Amino acid sequence: MLHTFVAYVEDKPGVLTRVASLFRRLNININSLTVGRSERPGLSRMTIVADADESAANRMRASLYKLEVVVEVDDIGKSASVTRELALIKVAATAENRSSVFELAEVFRARIVDLTSESLMIEITGVESKIEGLIQVLNEQENRVLEVCRSGKMTMRRGQHTSRVLRALGAVDGASAQSANLLPEAYGEPEATEPE
Amino acid sequence: MSTNESNAHLTTPTRLTGAEIVWATLVGEGVTDVFGYPGGAILPVYDALRKFPIHHVLVRHEQGASHMADGYARASGKVGVAIATSGPGATNLVTGIATAMLDSIPMVCITGNVSSKVLGTDAFQEVDITGITLPITKHNFMINRPEDIAPAIRYAFQIAKSGRPGPVLVDITKDAQQATAIFDFAAAKPAPYKPHPMLHCTSEHLAAAADLIRNAKRPIILAGHGIMRANAMEQVRTLAERMQIPVGTTLLGIGSFPASHPLNMGMMGMHGESWVNNAIQEADLLIACGMRFDDRVIGTPATYAPNAKKIHIEIDPAEINKNIKVDVALVGDLHHVLEQLLPLLPGRDGSAWINAINSSKGTAAVRDIRNLPDSGHLYAAHVMHDLWRITGGNAVVCTDVGQHQMWEAQYYRHDQPRTLITSGGLGTMGFALPAAIGAKIACPEKEVWVIAGDGGFQMTASELATIVQEKIKINIAVINNGYLGMVRQWQEFFYERNYQSTPLVSPDFVKLADAHGIPGIAVRDRGDLEAAVDEARGVEGAFLINFLVEQEDSVYPMIPAGSALHEMIRRPSHNPLIEKPEDE
Repeated sequence: MLHTFVAYVEDKPGVLTRVASLFRRLNININSLTVGRSERPGLSRMTIVADADESAANRMRASLYKLEVVVEVDDIGKSASVTRELALIKVAATAENRSSVFELAEVFRARIVDLTSESLMIEITGVESKIEGLIQVLNEQENRVLEVCRSGKMTMRRGQHTSRVLRALGAVDGASAQSANLLPEAYGEPEATEPE
Repeated sequence: MSTNESNAHLTTPTRLTGAEIVWATLVGEGVTDVFGYPGGAILPVYDALRKFPIHHVLVRHEQGASHMADGYARASGKVGVAIATSGPGATNLVTGIATAMLDSIPMVCITGNVSSKVLGTDAFQEVDITGITLPITKHNFMINRPEDIAPAIRYAFQIAKSGRPGPVLVDITKDAQQATAIFDFAAAKPAPYKPHPMLHCTSEHLAAAADLIRNAKRPIILAGHGIMRANAMEQVRTLAERMQIPVGTTLLGIGSFPASHPLNMGMMGMHGESWVNNAIQEADLLIACGMRFDDRVIGTPATYAPNAKKIHIEIDPAEINKNIKVDVALVGDLHHVLEQLLPLLPGRDGSAWINAINSSKGTAAVRDIRNLPDSGHLYAAHVMHDLWRITGGNAVVCTDVGQHQMWEAQYYRHDQPRTLITSGGLGTMGFALPAAIGAKIACPEKEVWVIAGDGGFQMTASELATIVQEKIKINIAVINNGYLGMVRQWQEFFYERNYQSTPLVSPDFVKLADAHGIPGIAVRDRGDLEAAVDEARGVEGAFLINFLVEQEDSVYPMIPAGSALHEMIRRPSHNPLIEKPEDE
């Protein structure tokens, strides 16, 4: 299953490597990872989407916290949140056949942001499935998709449940405040691995 | 600069070179001994050493430096320090760093690197050591300004010894060592240590754990290395004695609970005693203290202790439910957790379960080599047992990796913590000799023995010269069977006796020692063993005994990889090497 974590990390050289290297060491594939400045000075915010067993969530979060550069980790899990991804899609289109792309863009609430005699560029924002949907329809058209550039997922909890509010409420960290689950349930099941 | 002057730096901010800051910070952190090897990119640091009250041990290979720092840390409980130059000096540390990482040993490694002006140009002896060591350190630093050195080293010490300990590497460019900065030891103090945010030990969980313990009929304490790291020996002992719970130890947990204690059953796992493993399979409650359910301990997760509830007391939240799903997790410092748990446990009668375990030892004891006919032929197990007897169990024993390591764990009975120093997690051959040097430097008053196989000994035998240069007293027992014994055993059991690349030609170890000015003797018969050990203990300097033991002996019991704990290969009820199978 897909796990989504929001991590606040120090804004320093090598931090991305440390986070990426951790997932490599745990043998977990990162589906997407976005980084940018956060509302806190000196800290970047990462949204990490990783594909792993349901049980791996605890280990990933605990291991992230073991990195000295990681300040806070929030396991978004199934909690209410807004997730968006931005994609730029370049499509082969000439004056003769570009009108169908315009129609599609309208339906998907995407925008045309560049146009040449040979191609045009679509900007689309939304959840993953919406972007995949547009790409799929474009692929079924005679207009060839030339390039796709996707930002990866960005996620934020809905409502007031920002990390800062949780801390102000006295919760040690986001996820434990979210669920009153007893350990070890909150820690997930062990992965079914057979040792050598 | 005198000692007093250098200590004055610790209280008065002073302008120093980066190299001087390295040593001044180490002095401030309480370091008295370091293990290292000089080279171009660390020369400024070596040049400044004479001004500071720190003893530098010159190793013969940087792997020796990291193992010595590790052995030093294991024997003393303090942070070990290793120093190396850039490039190959730094990469040679790697095996020792990984060894320390897997066994949670606090260690700080300092490496020089090329000047920041040429970083990234593949300059002579340049290597990206922070990149290389990223997955095998708790954290590492790349420092290229002198003012950053003291804060990085102080932070490194905090990281190395806090939480679950481990190695930290500080890489310092040559120009940062040469330039000057104001050294302010107090100002370089790191921010207060923040425990892992997922530590978790509420009164609710303590009550749940206490409930399980009070109601258990067949409980077992699994005693791990974390007991010593948390200094919780007394608390675990109180728990065992008050609640009458038998104790099994992991390999690294040996010494955390006295071997001679009537509640100590012995070692568990792949080469653990049959009654310990069987008891775990029959238990209705496991209380895991500072251990991580390693695959060498559990056999297979699916078949492990099927009837037992599990309480896991552990400082690293990433270990909870990793291999074995537990019922109650008390995630925190073991010492602290047990202090809170013990008041909830008034006492209990555990005699029925203890008697049941003790009576199950009967058949196993008959198979023990100590109870088999003694033809005078020398077996490695004899050597371990006799060494234990002659040294009164008081030596610090540093073992390598392989068959001798398991026999040591079975037959040398450790009553004191930090007296068995061995590479458990990584299983690093070549560990014993350098680790023993570190242990001896940490504890000069202790009797230190190296026990190594003929294979592993040759991996780091060059450190014999370090022993001589340091004029230290270490006794070395080479368990020489002419094979890479544990690999040969696996070939015997699982690869149809195809002894591919395991027969081993070795030098005459007594002559090798002699070439270093270390006296030695070869022992072929059990009758000569005691005199040789007495001689080793009697001479002033180091001594080597080449024990020429039975070549095709195997370690029993053994749980084949992927089998359940109770599916072990038992010790033969006769000695297959001197009696024919039809005797059975």
